[in-house]
Amino acid sequence: MANEGTILTAADLAGNGAQGNDPDVHGKFGIFGGRFVPEALIPALDEVASVYEKAKNDQEFIREFDHLLRTYAGRPTTLTDVPRFSEQAGGARIVLKREDLTHTGAHKINNVLGQALLTKRLGKKRVIAETGAGQHGVATATAAALLGLECVIYMGAVDCERQALNVARMKLLGAQVVPVTNGSQTLKDAINEAFRDWVTNVDTTHYLFGTIAGPHPFPEMVRDFARIIGVEARRQIQELTGRLPDAVCAAVGGGSNAIGIFHAFLGDQDVRLHGYEAAGHGLDSGEHALTLTAGTVGVLHGSRTYVLQDDEGQTIESHSISAGLDYPGVGPEHAWLKDIGRATYHGVTDDQAMQAFSLLARTEGIIPAIESSHALAGALELGRELGPEATILVNLSGRGDKDMGTAMKYFNL
Amino acid sequence: MTTLQTVFAKAKADNRAALVGYLPAGFPSKDGAIAAAAALVEAGCDVIEIGLPYSDPLMDGPTIQDAVHRSLTNGTRIADVLRTVEGVAATGAATLVMTYWNPIDRYGAERFARDLAAAGGVGTITPDLTPEESEPWRAASAAAGIDTVFLVAPSSTEARIKAVVDCCTGFVYAASLMGVTGARETVNVAAEGLVKRTREHTSLPVCVGLGVGTGAQAAEVASYADGVIVGSAFIRRMLDAPDEAAGRESCAALARDMAHGVRR
Repeated sequence: MANEGTILTAADLAGNGAQGNDPDVHGKFGIFGGRFVPEALIPALDEVASVYEKAKNDQEFIREFDHLLRTYAGRPTTLTDVPRFSEQAGGARIVLKREDLTHTGAHKINNVLGQALLTKRLGKKRVIAETGAGQHGVATATAAALLGLECVIYMGAVDCERQALNVARMKLLGAQVVPVTNGSQTLKDAINEAFRDWVTNVDTTHYLFGTIAGPHPFPEMVRDFARIIGVEARRQIQELTGRLPDAVCAAVGGGSNAIGIFHAFLGDQDVRLHGYEAAGHGLDSGEHALTLTAGTVGVLHGSRTYVLQDDEGQTIESHSISAGLDYPGVGPEHAWLKDIGRATYHGVTDDQAMQAFSLLARTEGIIPAIESSHALAGALELGRELGPEATILVNLSGRGDKDMGTAMKYFNL
Repeated sequence: MTTLQTVFAKAKADNRAALVGYLPAGFPSKDGAIAAAAALVEAGCDVIEIGLPYSDPLMDGPTIQDAVHRSLTNGTRIADVLRTVEGVAATGAATLVMTYWNPIDRYGAERFARDLAAAGGVGTITPDLTPEESEPWRAASAAAGIDTVFLVAPSSTEARIKAVVDCCTGFVYAASLMGVTGARETVNVAAEGLVKRTREHTSLPVCVGLGVGTGAQAAEVASYADGVIVGSAFIRRMLDAPDEAAGRESCAALARDMAHGVRR
C-alpha cells in the first residue's frame, strides 16, 4: 500500500497484479526483445536487471522515487478537458494527460529520475545518454545535476545544429555534449556511440537509456518508470468522467510515453489503445518513421523488434518533422502489442501533426510538442469515427517550446 | 578448402600461433578488398575474416566504422561479400565472415549458411549474437558444415565463458579489452588471464583480438594464445595510403612483420 501522501506504490511501479505484460527471463515479449549485444556488456545488463529487480520491490527506493516525482517533477500531472479542440473531433470528448507540465517539459523526466536513482544503487558515478531532439539529454543532465552524477550526452552532429538551444541547456546543467559525426549523424548514431562508450567505461558508468527499446532490461525498466503516467490517468479519468475512456492515444517514436500511458489500461479490454507514428512526408515518399506500420521484423540496438531496414538488413534512415519520433526502430513491447492485436498503430504526416499543433494552440492556449501533436491529430480523426458519445484520452507527452524554431519555419511566423 | 581445424593443427605443429587478418568486403573497393586479402595471405595470414558491412556497427571503433561506411557507400551487397569470400578462399586461406546478426537474420539463417559454404567460407564470427539467441544460427551452420565463433570478454563470468564456448566451433574469440575495435598502444594485460580462464572450459583454440597493431604485440599475444587477430591496423594503413596498390603493399609489410611475430 502507498504511504500517506504518496502517489506511487510497488504495484504501480512494477505493474504487479495490473495485468502486466511482462517479458520472460530473457527479456522476450513473444518473439520480440531479448539481447543482441557484445558479450562484454552482458554482465552489466545482468547487474542493471538484478539491481532494478531488488529496487522495485524495496520500499526505500519507491519512497525516494515517489518523493522526486512529487516534489521535483511536479506529479501528479493534471487532466485537462479541451472542448474547443474537441469540436474538430466530431464532438467526441478529448481529455489531455498533461505531461507537458512536468519539470523539463516532457514525460522523459519520469524515466530519468528512476534510472538516476538506480545509478546510485549501482554504485556508479557517471551516466551517459543518447539524445535526438535533446529532450532526453536535457532530462538526463537535469537528473545528473540533481544527484551529483557526471553526465555525458551523445547527440548527432546534425541534431546538435538543429537543436542548438537544447545543447546550451545541457551544457548549462553541467553535462558534456559530444557531437556524433559518423553515419547519418542523428539519433541512431548517437545510440551506437553511447553503446561504444558504455562497453569501454562500464565499470564506472550507467547507460541511462531514454526509451523502451534496447537490450533487456531496458524495455521493461524504462516502461515501469513511465507507468506512472497511465496509473494516474486511469484513476483521474474515472474521477472526471465516471468511467474508463473509449480510447487512449499516444505518439510512438521509441515508444516510452505511449507504453507509459497504455500499460495501466492493458487489462481493460474495452479501452482501445492507439499509437501514432510519424508518417513524415507520407508512406509513398519513403521519408517517414513508420516502423510499426511499414517496417519489418529485425534486430536494432540490441533488441528484436520492427525496424526500417532494406532487404539485406541495413537500417534505413527515418524522417519526421519531430526529432523525437525520428527513429528507425521501436520498443519491442509495442511490436508485441501490435502482433497480438491489443494496440493498433497508425501514421500521421508532418502536415497533419502541424495542423493539430496549431489547432490546440489556437483553441486551448496550449502549445504541444510536435511529437504529441501526432497523437492529437490521431485523436481528431478517431473522434470523428467514434462519435460524440466517446471519450478519448490523449497523452500530451511534452510541451512545444522546443519546437518554436520548426514552427516559425513551417508557419512562416 | 582449408578448414580452421587444419590451420590450427598446422600452426600448433609449427609451435606458433596462427595469424588472422580482418578486412571488410567492398573496401577500398569490391575487387580491391579481394586483392588486399590475397596480399595478406601471401604475407603470412593463415585465416581471413571478411567483414560484412553493416549500417550500425556498435562495437567498432572509428577506423572500421570509416571503412565500413565507405564500403556501403560503394554499394556493397551480400552477394559481393560472398564473392569476396570466394576470391579469398581460392588463395588457400581459411575464410570466415564476421558480421552483426541482423544482416543474416534478414537474409535468412539457413540461406546464408548454405550460400557461405558454397562460396568456400568456413564459418562466421557474430559479435552481437549471444548464446541465448544463437540456437537457430548454430543449427543452420551445422547443417551447412560451417563453424560458429562467438566472443568472450574480460567481463565474462565463468558461467558466461562456459555458455559461450559451448556454442563455439572452430575457435573462441577472446576480446582483449572492454571497448571497441581499434589498434592500441599496448595490448591489455587482461587478455592473458581471459585466455587462461577460457581454456579451463574448452579445448578449442583461443584467439585474441582487439587492439593488436604491431609485430611485437603479435609476438606477445602469440606467447599465450592460439591465434592473433588483426583488423584496424591493416585498415588504418589502407585508409592512409595514396592508392589501393600502395595500401595493399603497406598492409602486406605489416602482415609480414606480424607473421614473424607469431613465430618468435
